[in-house]
Amino acid sequence: MTTLDPADTSSNDAGDDLVAEARRTPATKATRTIGILTAVAMAFTLLWAFVFTGPDVNQGESVRLMLIHLPTIWVAYLSFTVTALASGTYLFTKKHSLGWDRLAGASAEVGVIFVGLTLIVGALWGRLTWGVFWQWDARLTTTALLFVTYIGYLAVRRLDGSHHQRAKRSGVIGLIAVLLIPLVHWSVRIWRSLHQEATILDTDLDADIDGILLTGVLVGVIAFSLLYVWLVLHRTRVMAMEDLLDDRGLDLALAERRAEAGTAARPTGEDA
Amino acid sequence: MLALFEDAGYIVGSYVITFAAIGGLAWRLISSGRKLGKQIPDDDKYWT
Repeated sequence: MTTLDPADTSSNDAGDDLVAEARRTPATKATRTIGILTAVAMAFTLLWAFVFTGPDVNQGESVRLMLIHLPTIWVAYLSFTVTALASGTYLFTKKHSLGWDRLAGASAEVGVIFVGLTLIVGALWGRLTWGVFWQWDARLTTTALLFVTYIGYLAVRRLDGSHHQRAKRSGVIGLIAVLLIPLVHWSVRIWRSLHQEATILDTDLDADIDGILLTGVLVGVIAFSLLYVWLVLHRTRVMAMEDLLDDRGLDLALAERRAEAGTAARPTGEDA
Repeated sequence: MLALFEDAGYIVGSYVITFAAIGGLAWRLISSGRKLGKQIPDDDKYWT
């Protein structure tokens, strides 16, 4: 069996080609394994949503949307928590490794996509259950605020400056913005809300939910968490390559400017 | 019956939007990874 492990230095040509191809992409054996597991878990989620889960007494058929609505917001919370932890590690360790900054940025990008999906799926669920796509309800409004805040975080990452300036600016925002998560989660208790209270992540740890639906939601959470790991691993590697090319472009521009300055300063034979 | 079809549209639509967004993001990551990977020497890729 031919391996795609980039560390494998097989002597045959076909093997070498495969190794070379593997090295050209940010994929590794580990990410491929995670990708396959994600696909399998996603297939189970779809099976649960459309085959095993039946209509709910109150929500009717729209309960099937819970198998993506809950996992997507879970991944968003996870993403922004990882962003905060990675930002803190960059800011408060002596090494100031840019790897932590890239992890923070990659995780925030994935989180923004998943909050966006939570809002879209939530709006469609709301249309079916409440009769409206949107209400300026506490949970919906704070979730929209979370979405806008992290778009701002990503915008700050794109400001001009060195990679370390980017890491410091966005790191501070990443640490502050994560404080919105408890606000979003507890908004249904702090304010009067149309949105239901937490069903699974409740303080009494007594999930008031049908067993089949709960299993389906947990399968969905596993599937989307695996997807998160896959996406973040790939994005951090792509970011590392972008940073490297950025540095090389800067080095090249500096070398050209120095060469130009050297030529201009040196007197020519005709001048003398 | 009509309401059931309307519900199905919202439900299937939600799944389509979600998986299309995820698929698009994954595709973008893989293609940009391939493109950038050709420009970077293997020694500079910490994952190899």
